[in-house]
Parts: sequence; structure tokens; C-alpha cells
Amino acid sequence: MSKQEKPRINAGTIKTAKRLLRYVTGTYKVQFIVVIFCILMSSVASISVSLSLKYLLDDYIIPLIGQENPNYSELYMALTVLGIIFLLGVIATFVYSRMMVVIGQGVLKRVRDEMFEHMQKLPIRYFDQNTTGSIMSLYTNDTDTLRQMINQSIPQVLMSAFTIVVTFISMLMLSPILTALAVLMIVVMTFVSKVVAGNSGKYFIRQQVDLAAVTGFAEERMNGQRVVKVFNHEKISEKEFDELNEKLFESAANAHTFASIMGPIIGNLGNLQFVLTAVLGGFLSVAGIGNMTLGTIASYLQFTKSFTQPFMQIAQQFNSIIMALAGAERIFNMMDEEPEKDEGYVTLVNAKKDADGNIVECRERTGMWAWKHPHQADGTITYTELKGDVRFYDMTFGYTPDHMVLHDLTLYAKPGQKLAFVGSTGAGKTTITNLINRFYDVDDGKIRYDDININKIKKADLRRSLGIVLQDTHLFTGTIKENIRYGKLDATDEEVVNAAKLAHADGFIRMLPNGYDTHLSGDGEELSQGQRQLLAIARAAIADPPVLILDEATSSIDTRTESIVQKGMDNLMKGRTVFVIAHRLSTIRNSDAIMVLEHGRIIERGTHEELLALKGTYYQLYTGKLELS
Amino acid sequence: MNKKLLRSVREYKRQSFLTPVLVALEVLMEVLIPLLMANIIDVGIMNGDMSYIMKMGLLLVLMAMVALFFGAKAGQLAAIASAGYAKNLRHDIFYKIQDFSFGNIDHFSTPGLVTRLTTDITNVQMAYMFTIRLLARAPIMIVLSLIMTMTISMPIAIMMLITIPILGGALIFIAKKAHPHFIQVFDEYDILNNSVQENVNAARVVKAYVREDYENEKFGKISTVVFNLFTRAEKIVAWNSPVMQFTVYTVVIVMVLIGGESIIRGTMLTGELTSVIVYALQILMSLMMVSFVFVMIMIAEASTDRISEVLDEVPEMVDVETAEKEVANGDIDFEHVNFSYSGKGGNLSLKDVNLHIKSGQIIGVIGGTGSAKSTLVQLIPRLYDVTEGCVKVGGVDVRDYNLKALRDQVSMVLQKNVLFTGSIYENIRWGDENATDEEVQRVCRLAQADSFIQEFPAKYDTMIVEGGNNVSGGQKQRLCIARALLKKPKILILDDSTSAVDTKTDALIRQAFREEIPDTTKIIIAQRISSVEDADMIIVMDDGEINGIGTSEELLKTNDIYREVYESQMKGGADNE
Repeated sequence: MSKQEKPRINAGTIKTAKRLLRYVTGTYKVQFIVVIFCILMSSVASISVSLSLKYLLDDYIIPLIGQENPNYSELYMALTVLGIIFLLGVIATFVYSRMMVVIGQGVLKRVRDEMFEHMQKLPIRYFDQNTTGSIMSLYTNDTDTLRQMINQSIPQVLMSAFTIVVTFISMLMLSPILTALAVLMIVVMTFVSKVVAGNSGKYFIRQQVDLAAVTGFAEERMNGQRVVKVFNHEKISEKEFDELNEKLFESAANAHTFASIMGPIIGNLGNLQFVLTAVLGGFLSVAGIGNMTLGTIASYLQFTKSFTQPFMQIAQQFNSIIMALAGAERIFNMMDEEPEKDEGYVTLVNAKKDADGNIVECRERTGMWAWKHPHQADGTITYTELKGDVRFYDMTFGYTPDHMVLHDLTLYAKPGQKLAFVGSTGAGKTTITNLINRFYDVDDGKIRYDDININKIKKADLRRSLGIVLQDTHLFTGTIKENIRYGKLDATDEEVVNAAKLAHADGFIRMLPNGYDTHLSGDGEELSQGQRQLLAIARAAIADPPVLILDEATSSIDTRTESIVQKGMDNLMKGRTVFVIAHRLSTIRNSDAIMVLEHGRIIERGTHEELLALKGTYYQLYTGKLELS
Repeated sequence: MNKKLLRSVREYKRQSFLTPVLVALEVLMEVLIPLLMANIIDVGIMNGDMSYIMKMGLLLVLMAMVALFFGAKAGQLAAIASAGYAKNLRHDIFYKIQDFSFGNIDHFSTPGLVTRLTTDITNVQMAYMFTIRLLARAPIMIVLSLIMTMTISMPIAIMMLITIPILGGALIFIAKKAHPHFIQVFDEYDILNNSVQENVNAARVVKAYVREDYENEKFGKISTVVFNLFTRAEKIVAWNSPVMQFTVYTVVIVMVLIGGESIIRGTMLTGELTSVIVYALQILMSLMMVSFVFVMIMIAEASTDRISEVLDEVPEMVDVETAEKEVANGDIDFEHVNFSYSGKGGNLSLKDVNLHIKSGQIIGVIGGTGSAKSTLVQLIPRLYDVTEGCVKVGGVDVRDYNLKALRDQVSMVLQKNVLFTGSIYENIRWGDENATDEEVQRVCRLAQADSFIQEFPAKYDTMIVEGGNNVSGGQKQRLCIARALLKKPKILILDDSTSAVDTKTDALIRQAFREEIPDTTKIIIAQRISSVEDADMIIVMDDGEINGIGTSEELLKTNDIYREVYESQMKGGADNE
């Protein structure tokens, strides 16, 4: 195992810790000060137990030994004072424990909320480049370790550190020479705990890696569990799983072994220190060096006994602090991801024509939309009717700079046209739709929408003007009604049903036990892929968008149902622009223009009849001589 | 902790039992050491007796080493025992899932199972480790410390005896009070995580519908609920420390009072008082530990329940010892088959299906979304059991076969194709792990996959990534067909498995079937008429019933659905061919 894998504190960790601390002090400045004060108060009380004992014995108890009628009143007085200190300590503990709960959970809530809000602002690129598992892990594992740290480690370390300081000062006051020995022991303890913690940290990291391997394997096999069964592959899967599981066992056993021997090691080092101190102290006092009385040494030894305790506590928190800071760093990395840029200023508004035939903005939905275009130069506002005229000029694009997906693409979609894209996987069909709604931005060339450069349109408004149905349908936990309503949040029940009817989903929905109120969970696993697609279409239909993009939206629907759905959509979208991507050529046959894409270039374009007459690629595809994949 | 789950400790029982024993020895040392320390102070230092200090010091170092040895060893054993227990639990869950039938699989989601394998087991592992380390330590520490206290001062011992149940009761009361709140928190946590997952997966939908604010609001609500619940639960637990401290301080003051008086009366030494205080603190700390472990166990309990859910799931299909191991031929018979996914009394997905297929026939199945095509064929390899009636393969009820034997002979390419991480060779060999390279290549040629595999730089050693996302849909389907062919089955079922393959290749595959595996019964579900047109028999499914059976020609005359689909697909296309 290389050195880098050991957890270590570096500049980055400290920066993370500071930033995390700002979350605490930012919202909870007053509370945090109170907490620190209470922790100090509480530490004072707990240290008083051992500190006070010496004075109680020396000043109040021992002088009374052998007295006929000992006067306890002074002892009672002293104990009352001590009792008050204790009581204050208990109250302080009560206060800071409860406050830490609020601070800890409050910080976690803020972190979570900010993380989520920031995530919503991130470009699609982020979601394409990170696996769901790794993003999820930020919200679960990493936030959990944060909670541990804020709630447990911070108070614990503060308290221990304070105890060490007070004890150390008391020891120093009693005997500087013996304290030198204590310092030596601290150095030894620090060294030993660094070695042990380093080792356990190394194995904890290895454990995370092995755990990820087990999880990954299990996830893949469980997703394919049906295939496993069909192929009688259970035994082999088990064997492979066992191997990974064994590795995880080894790293976990090692990690926890090192973590749990820390306590005994430090504790017994403390015992060793006690003996050494006793021997040295005894020797010094017998030899008369350092002006030490036996009583001083005795008291000093009392401190030694409790001296290692706080060290042990800090050492035990070491792993959880390192793990939490690593988690916090991942969280902050996500929060530092560049959000989606939006420099657009053209907005989409409902519009109508006034008596003079001019376009004016209005509040209600009229079925007519307009682009509201403020001109910075003279402060005027112009309205352009939304027609759905989309033009691409010399568009070039690649997801990575070294691999271009689209080359010099030029195409026009005239208002009311149905435009189809055909081509194999990787030909760039989906990429085109990604660019129209600006999930990604073109590298070169431009897209004009109703003769407005789409970069000038506010992203939210641009997207609102484009309905989109994707091949991977994603539904949300909630009822079917809520899922359809996602397209238009204020839709009435009647509108929902109408949209479902249009998408030919009404029939199967009514067959479900609770009809439109049937609860869907986990992406609608209860439904077949085809049914999910029908719901996604209904969701788009209810939004009633000026322009619609269908990306393999009917791929899992049988051809008969598809043609019914298509008729409905054609009616809805009459006079509006529709982009269709489909595998099945029957889906796109009635398009106004079909573009055949290959390697990011349009190689053929025309209507179905024109393309067939051309006897080119489309003809071959259509007659089944070529495979679309 | 759940008793049944504890059975999974198995080979780590030795470590599990040895840990408390070692802990006991360690604790014994820990109790004796303060006594020795007191002696060093009271006798050695106070009298300036160097040789005594040296002697006792040496003894103490020795004891410290013994304590260290036992302590470290106990820590190691506890770590091994708990990690081993976790390993066995993972093993049991994974193996259990392998025993699941399709019906069982439907009961659990993959993320749910993965959470059980990870977070839940980690919770149980930690709880187990602390239980065997601390639960032994606490009672032993309490008993030993009490005995030591008794030898010094009976009144103080009695006071401790009174304090222990009071504090213990209070701590357990707090833990019990907090428990239901924590359960609630974890439920709400699941909802929160689910919301995140949905938003990550559906990022495109959220953006396309400009629903970012809506989602933020939704998330904010859940996150507030989590905050409120968590705060409430933790505020209850936050009573622990003050209660604990209050008890400690009270005990200390009372002890100084009692002890002080004894010292003054000369019945107790000053060193003894400090020792007694140390013992009292040890007792109280032990109680704190118990309550800590108690909370941990309770949190782990939710996890335990979730793990048990999987382990207790009864596999719907169990192999019978006397089961038939030979499948005679590829005959398939459906006799009055009714089927419901939810068992008897549920919505019927298949209604009174009767069907007789001869070995070697090619059968096409066609029908709309939700017409139960897949449901029909899934009964043949007994992925599900019929609700009523029976399905026979080779003349024998599928329920009378050994499952492995049946599925070895009934090969099925599922609609949801899955390839696994590994080379193409490895993936195809799922069909037969002992197949030679030549055999693999042969089936790939049959499935028309060889040509594109040859175009890959690494050919058959090309690595497939998770989910098979580095090959195209059509290529994936052909690899899956090859994989199924390698089994040399008596029955081959393709569930919409050539949808992404072009019609020409599709035809070549079917031709290869006809020529190379003539005795195998082939059932082909398809959306495309051309895929089933030349079948010996086509079954038209509609809403769980057989709407028509016959050859394409016959159906064109007699079956409306078939004709409609046929016309919708052939129109235009036919003109140009």
C-alpha cells in the first residue's frame, strides 16, 4: 500500500475543516460561543473531581484527623462550593448537549439543502459524468460521517483538549521536572497513536475500496438476477461474490483491529508513565532534588492517572474526523462545481393580438406565445411570436474536445413541420436535441429559434417552450395523477385525464387498482416499459408545449398502440414543430422531412417518398437491408 | 439482537466467545492496577520506600503488559468476529437471493438489497463488535469494582448498589424513549435519499420541465422533516450526559462525606478514598457504556429487521429431490392456464390459455403492450408458477422437473437484456462455462454476432462494461442470443430480442436457427411482423388471452388484430420491395 493512501492532514484538509467550521459559526455564531463556554464550564466541573480531592483531603479532612469533636462545618462549606461547581457543570453539559443537537442537525440540513439546490443548477454534463451511486453517496455516507463528527468529535475533542491543558498546568505547578517526563510520554503517545491510526486509516480506506467492489458486483448481479436465473448461473455468482467478500472481511478486520487496540495501547502507556513517574519522583525526593515533598508527588501521581484519558479520547476520534473531513471535501467539491451558465435575457410570455394586430403580452394562456426581447441599447421591448422555427447553422459539437460528435450541421425546421432524425447509435441524434434545449452548448456555429440566437433566450424559458419525451422514462414517487401533472402543475383532474386519453394511457390506468391515484414508487417499477412511456407522453401532452421533441419516445410501445398515440399527438401538435427520433421507421414515415445521420453528418434529407426514390441509405434501412443499432 | 440472525456468526463463534473472556482478564488487570497505584502512593511514596516502589512498579508494568496483551487481543478478536459475522451475513443474503424465484425478486428492489448488503450490515457489524467487547466489560467491571469497594468501605458499596439500578434505569429509559423516534428518522431518511436519487436519475426531466424550484421545495420539505425528527430524537439522547454527570457528582460528594468522616475517625486511609472514587467512576462509566451499546443495538435493530426480511423470504420454488432430471424433447403444452402475479384471487394476467407446441416448431408470438406475451413464455422455464392449470415441457409438468435441469434445456433471451462486466468470451460462456473458443465462435456466427466482434480490436477478448453499454442495442441483442444458443437447449425463447437488429440480419438469424438447430423448439416474441411471418404457428395475444392461432396466411384471413398490425407495417414497405 502506497504512502498516499494513508490519511493525513494537509493544507486541503485544513481548508475543508475551516469551511466546515464556517457552516457552524455562520448560522449559529451565538450558540456556538455558548456551546464552547458550556464545554469549558463542564470540563472545569469534571476536572474538579480530581483537582479538588487533594485540597479537600489536605485542607479539610486530614487536619481533623484525631480531633475529639471535629468541626465539619468548613468541610461542608467546601463541599457546598464544589456542589455548586458540579451543578453548574451539569447545567452546562445539558445546555451544550442540546445545543449541539440543533447546531449539528442544522448544519447538516443546510449542507443537504445547499447541496441539493446546487445540484439542480448543475449542467447535465455533471450528471452524465458522475454515477448515481457516487452522487448519492454524498447525501448518505458523507453526510452521515459529518453528523458523527459535529455531534461527537467536536465536543469530545474540545473537552479533551481543555482537560489536557488544565491538567498539564496543574502538573507543571506541582513539579516541572516530573512534567518533563509527562511531555516525553506525550511525544511517545502521539507517535504511537499516529502509527496505529495511520495503519487503521490505511485499512479503513482499503475497506471502503473493497466495500465498493462488493457493492458494485452485487448491484450488477442483482440487476441481472433474472439472467442469472435463466442461465443457472447462481453457483458461479456465489463463488465470485465469496472472493470479493473475503477481501472485504480481511480489510475490515484489520481496520477495526487497529482501531480497537488504540485504547489499550494508550491506556497502558499511561500506566507505564505512572510507574516511571513514581520511580523518578521517589528517587528525586529521596535524593532531595527539586525540592519535592512526598505529598507533592502523591498528588502529582493522582493527575498522572487521569492524564492519559483525554489523549485516548482524542485518538479515538481521529479516524472519524479524518473520514468526515474526506467526506466534507467531496461534498464541497460538488458544491464548487460550476453551475449551468445562463446569460439569456429573452423570455417567453403568453401573448395575444390586439385590435391592431400587434402582439401584446397577457397573463392568461391563449395558445399563443411570444418572445419578449428587451433591447439594451434603447430600452425598448419587442415581441416576436413563437412559431417554432428552428435553424442550425454550421453546428459542430463534441462532448469532449478530442471527439466531435456533430460536424457542420445545418438544418431548418419550419414552423408546423414534423422533422425526423434517423441513424445508428452514436450518429448524433440525441445530441441534437441536447443542443436545442441547451443541455449542452454548441462549440461552433449557432442555433436560431424564431430568428433569435438561443444563447440569448433564458434557459428556463427556452426549455419551457420545448416539450421533450425521452427514451429512458423517469417517473417520480407519487401518484399517477401527480406524475402526469408534472408537465403542468396547476392542471385540473380533467386535464390530466384528457392528456392520459391522448397518450392512450387512460385505458391501462383505469385497470389499476387505484386508477389515477395509484402510487408509483422507484421510477414506476410496477409498470411495464411501454406503460411508462405512455405516461411520459401524457406528461408532455399536458404541458401543451409549442415545440415537441420525441426521442425514441415510443420505442417500447407496440406498433398498433403507437399509431393511436401518434394520431393523438399529431392532433395536439397541429401547426407546431415536432422533432422525432426513432428507431422504428414506421414511426417517422409521415414526417415532413427526414434527416439521415451518420457519424455526425446529415447524409440524406427529404420526405419519406423522396428518400425512397433516392435509393440510398434510407431506402436500405427501410427495406431492411441495413441495421440500425 | 435477533437470535436467528446470530446463527450467521458460525465459524466466528470461537472469537466471539473468547473476546469476553479476554476482556474479563483485561478488566481484572484494570481493577487491580488502581489498587497497586494506591499502594505505591500510600506505602511507597509516603514512606519514601524506593525498593517498594521499584518492586510494585515492576509488578504494575508487568500487569500493564498483561492488560495490554489481553486488551489488544480482545480488540483483534472482536474485530475479526464482527467482520466475520458481517461477511457471513453478506454471504447469506447473496446466497439467499440466488435462491429467489422471479416472484421473490419482484418483492425487493435492487437499491433496497444493496442497502441491506452495505449500510445495514455495517450497522449490525458495529453493534456486534461493541456488544461482545463492551457488554462483557461492563458487568465484570461493575462486579469487580463493587467487590473492591466493599473491601474498603461497606457504606460506600451500599450506596453504589443503590445508585446502579437508578442510573441504569434512567439511561435505559432515555434509550427506550428515543428508539421510536430514531425508527421514524430512518424511514424519513429513506424518503430523502429516494428523492435525491430520483432527481439525479431524472435530471433531464427536471430541467426539461424547468422544475428545479419545484424539486427544491419538495426536497426542502422532506429535509425539514428529517431535521425536526432527528433533532427531537437526539435531544432525548442528549439527556444522557447531564444525567450521567449529575449522578457521578452526587456520588463523589456523598463519598467524600462518608469517606472523609471515616478518614477522620481513622477507619479509612486517604489513598483508599481516592481508590474508592476511581472504582465508583469505573462503575458509572460502565453503565454509560451499556447505555451506549444499548442505543447502538436499537439502531441496529431496524437494520436487523431489514436483513431478516430478506433471509426470511421463502423461495417460491423449491427443488424436489425426486424431481425429473431429463427433458425428453421440446414439446410444450399449456392446459387451462390461469396466471396472476399476485397469486390466487389476484388480477389474472393470463386467462384460460391452451396451447400445444411440437418439438422443433418455430412459434411466433405477437400482441400489444400489456397483452401478456412475456408472461406467457416465462411460464415455460418456470420463472413463475401457474396459478391454475399446468404447463408441460416434454410431456412432464414443469413443476415436476429439477429446476436446473429444466432451465438448462429451456434457454431464454429476456426482453431486458443484460450483459455483465467481463470479456465477450466470458459473457457468452454464461451459456456453458466449459465451452471451447471454437464453440463460442460458432454460436456467435449463428447469432450473426461474429462479424462485428471481428471488427473490435480485441475481438472476442473485448471487455464489456457494466450493463453492456459499450456495444449497440442490436449488437447486445445478438450477443445475448449467442449466449442462449451456447446452452444447446431443447427450447429457445426470444422475448422481443431482435427489435434492434435489422430485418436482414434478423432473417439470417432465423435461417440459422432453422438449419442448425432444427430439433429445438423456437418461440419468438416480436413487434415486427417480418420476424414471425414465416413461423410454423403464430399466436396473437390480446389482454391475457389467445386471440388467434395459425400461420400468417390463416391469421390474415381470420384475425383482425393480426391483419391490422400487418397492414400498418407492410403498407408502403411492401410496395418498394
